[in-house]
Amino acid sequence: MEMYSSVPEFRVDIDRQACRLCKRCIENCSFGALEWRDNKVKAFNDRCVACQRCVSMCPEDAIALRRTPSVMSAHPIWTENARRDVFTQSRTGAILLASTGNELHEQVIFDNLLLDACQVTNPAIDPLREPIELRTYIGRKPRFVELEELGDSLRLNTKLSPALKLEIPIMIAQMSYGAISVEAHEALARAAVMRGTTMGSGEGGLHKKLYPYADHIIVQVASGRFGVHPAYLEAGAAVEIKIGQGAKPGIGGHLPGTKITDEISETRMIPIGADAISPAPHHDIYSIEDLAQLVNALKEATRYKKPVLVKIAAVHNVAAICSGICRAGADAIVIDGFRAGTGATPKVIRDNVGIPVELALASVDQRLREEGIRNETSIIASGTIRNSGDVAKAIALGADAVKIGTAALIALGCTVCKRCYTGKCAWGIATQDPELRSRLDPVEGAQRVSNLLLAWSIELKEILGAAGINSIESLRGNRDRLRGYGLDHTTLEILGVQPAGS
Amino acid sequence: MRIVANYKHYKELNEEIFQAVQAGVAELTLEDVNGQRFIADCLKGKLNIDIYGTPGNDLGMFMDGPTVTVFGNAQDGVGNTMSSGKIIIHGDGRDILGHSMRGGKIFVRGDVGYRVGIHMKTYKSNVPIIVAGGRAGDFLGEYMAGGIIIVLGIHNRAKKAEILGDWVATGQHGGAIYVRGDVDESKLGNGASQFRVTADDEITIKKVLKEYCQVFGLDLEGLLDAEFTKIAPLSHRPYAALYTCE
Amino acid sequence: MCSILGIVNENRKRLSAKYIVEGISLMNDRCNGLGGGFAAYGLYPEYKDYYALHILLKDFELKDQVAEMLKDYVNIYKDEEIETRNVERISQDYIPWRFFVDVPERYTSDADNYIIDLAMKINNTGGALVISSGKNMGVFKAIGYPDEVARLYKLENYKAYMWLAHGRYPTNTRGWWGGAHPFSILDYSIVHNGEITSYGTNKRFLESYGYKCSYFTDSEVLAYLWDLLVRRHKLPIELASEVLAPPFWEQIERMPPEKRRIIEALRMTYGPAMVNGPFGIVIANGSGLTGTAGNGTMVGLSDRIKLRPLICARKNGTTFMASEESAIKAVCKNPDNVWAPHAGKPTVAMVNGDV
Ligand code: SF4
Ligand code: SF4
Repeated sequence: MEMYSSVPEFRVDIDRQACRLCKRCIENCSFGALEWRDNKVKAFNDRCVACQRCVSMCPEDAIALRRTPSVMSAHPIWTENARRDVFTQSRTGAILLASTGNELHEQVIFDNLLLDACQVTNPAIDPLREPIELRTYIGRKPRFVELEELGDSLRLNTKLSPALKLEIPIMIAQMSYGAISVEAHEALARAAVMRGTTMGSGEGGLHKKLYPYADHIIVQVASGRFGVHPAYLEAGAAVEIKIGQGAKPGIGGHLPGTKITDEISETRMIPIGADAISPAPHHDIYSIEDLAQLVNALKEATRYKKPVLVKIAAVHNVAAICSGICRAGADAIVIDGFRAGTGATPKVIRDNVGIPVELALASVDQRLREEGIRNETSIIASGTIRNSGDVAKAIALGADAVKIGTAALIALGCTVCKRCYTGKCAWGIATQDPELRSRLDPVEGAQRVSNLLLAWSIELKEILGAAGINSIESLRGNRDRLRGYGLDHTTLEILGVQPAGS
Repeated sequence: MRIVANYKHYKELNEEIFQAVQAGVAELTLEDVNGQRFIADCLKGKLNIDIYGTPGNDLGMFMDGPTVTVFGNAQDGVGNTMSSGKIIIHGDGRDILGHSMRGGKIFVRGDVGYRVGIHMKTYKSNVPIIVAGGRAGDFLGEYMAGGIIIVLGIHNRAKKAEILGDWVATGQHGGAIYVRGDVDESKLGNGASQFRVTADDEITIKKVLKEYCQVFGLDLEGLLDAEFTKIAPLSHRPYAALYTCE
Repeated sequence: MCSILGIVNENRKRLSAKYIVEGISLMNDRCNGLGGGFAAYGLYPEYKDYYALHILLKDFELKDQVAEMLKDYVNIYKDEEIETRNVERISQDYIPWRFFVDVPERYTSDADNYIIDLAMKINNTGGALVISSGKNMGVFKAIGYPDEVARLYKLENYKAYMWLAHGRYPTNTRGWWGGAHPFSILDYSIVHNGEITSYGTNKRFLESYGYKCSYFTDSEVLAYLWDLLVRRHKLPIELASEVLAPPFWEQIERMPPEKRRIIEALRMTYGPAMVNGPFGIVIANGSGLTGTAGNGTMVGLSDRIKLRPLICARKNGTTFMASEESAIKAVCKNPDNVWAPHAGKPTVAMVNGDV
């Protein structure tokens, strides 16, 4: 049967006059979109993902990528994307796979929130000269401090729970070795060390190369329990239980056996070539009391020296769930919003399940305060932190800290081509191919991520200084310093934010 | 000429001073001053004003020439954006003394408060000078762009307190601070560093302190009989790498 | 910008209102006539065992309503209108009334919290505002310059061993009687100069400990924080001050280990109680709180980078704390000692004790 097959999304334009036939683009294209035919470079447009690798490698600036000029007849509901997806599925009968984050919902509430600054009635503080503090402790805080007088001195009778000391309230998110390369992992870990923050191991264990940085790594325990063993738990700065992630709430994971190289096999502790399956739930957690049990088991295992975090996707009932998690003893809760990125997820889940992190964060913070347990856990927000403004807004809404994933990868060279699931990442990030991996230098990458964190930290200080605040804890939950612009009444109410002008 | 300020509002008092100066009076004594602001604000030329009591905020603001002597303590903002002249305080000075000062001298016998000499600057031959006999609070010489500050630590009222507060010279990109004695590295803010005093520095210190000692009847030799530490900027453009575009 | 002044005599010698009024009036250039007020301690020696509720009533009818409500909870020993006179620039928006009450036998063990709850209940009725609720003390405030407010309330008829005064220059909230300072809760009163940039954080922190911030003023938040830290959590004044104006982490790191552990614990626990932005405050606290053994105190404190002024002086057992030295000199020409306290470090004057 003859059928219209969808038009390629991109078109590779090669300036034939400029091209000196060096073939560098061909070598660099990991998606096989360029081939050598008839003594020239031929483009197979349907394979191009616009990853920009050829563009940046071409010595003659001879390549330009364009959106295809060929249009379909317009339809407001049956968008080209919608039609393309139907074609694909009618051809294959399979789940549509996607990478990175939600593409269906363009509104980012952060963009509708405005920060405050001082004018006249109190002074802005100059962040370049006067001290402004970003240090943040993640973990359970006591409700009060008890001191005992011993003659002339005082004794501290309150025992503090273990806490993560962060020099900046920005952490690097959990991305597993397997989903990304060991080079990417190492770059992120080094950056975390450089900036006094943490990165996440992800759920695939910790490559032995990463152990020297482990005091800045939060080791993850997910449903697949890959690479989880005593040394792993003991090495990390903290342990994080992953219940779900924003890009695929309620969905398990699946790293195909073809990607299980010997190093991954060693790290994940599964046979080479065998599929690595992360079940949707933890099969020892079917209810909240089971979560408490796992939290306690991990605390016991780490001799109560490390905070235990629990990560969930922001779903409808997130406030009540977080209250339960807090009461289950989690020292921190990571709330991953519905725009969070991933290496691979069913597109329908990515685009349709979960809620924005701004709303989830606001309602969780409020709920925990109402129950008088906000001090018992820290809240970490992730999923759409794109710049220091987002960081400040998340903290003002009530977050103790944020985590960044996609932004950190972009710093490493990711161009958001959305093809991580292919394992062919042309920039050596979401791939296990030795040739592609060699394109990423961990030391250089670390410097770039560290630069990004540094720049955001300085900007955060500017934001705080302008607001007349010299320590991040006075912005935390300070929704009075936010105003909503172009947000409806109900959204504002959930956010606990006044409309601009009021 | 003698003016009793008593409970006069500052507007009234300053009007009287202004009229007197207009009429050519060059020697003024203000008695019973208490809290009146802006005394000697923007006054110019050769003029002597003695103040008994506690003048209010912004004493000698924008002043260009006169000599003001306070027999007592002063409040915040002495010599704010002052151009030239001299302010002598026989008691303590408070916060932001010498703010944005561009010339002239402020001699304080006792302690000074926070952010003293903030953003003072040198331009051509105008080199503002502040000398504090006692201690100085935090942020001494913040953003300092020029001029000289000397802290002696000799009439330290709060005996146990250290001579310097924290974040000394943070953001400094010009000028020099001389401290009589050692300075703990942890006291310094971003941008500033400690140096040994050079022969030139010694000449400067001696010259300034000679005048200071004359004013307060102090023994110069005794004052100079100690090591001074110099605090100066590491760079004239401490923030060059801070911004980026594209 | 506002003006603040506190005067305390450590031997409980009662001073007439003349001094505090003269001192605060000298700083009229710091305020704009949209709020003035006083707190006085040692005010009612003859009723010193009763909680003295100073209540502002929107209209006369409310008086009976409030009295009825009070009767449900406490025993009213005596009540009367707080005498006022007409002052040209002040419109009498409220009728001030005082009630001397005590708490029924079965609640006496927790009488303070009982009185706080009661005050919050009355404030919620609308139209009636409890402006002070401690023993042997009271607050007088209105819209006007402080000297006008003093005349309004005939302050010349009162004597106290500890006085606070405030002249307001409202920024965040409109000028209204309830928004004038001092702000008071039980035996604590506070006057404040500055604007807190951490208001939202502090307010939401307090809410999780059961406080309701209904006046939308910084001083209310400061008073509740002080109540939480000193009365409820029993922190010594020095450490409560370190919570409001904590040392920077880099300073903490230079402290001796024992001290460092305590300050770190305080900062981690009470981070949201840190008061950010410029402030100079004077807190007065009478004696007689259940659960605290301490004497009356007056505490002066400025923010940790000293963005608002505070000057202290002492003469013959009397301690002064003010925004400007001239305010002190106006009532005490030759103090024994005048000093500028360190940023973030409290100056504490104890009644019947040393500074
Ligand atoms: S890299 Fe550029 S110059 Fe080299 S073959 Fe490709 S298009 Fe031509
Ligand atoms: S990580 Fe690589 S494959 Fe994934 S979106 Fe970024 S560039 Fe593309």
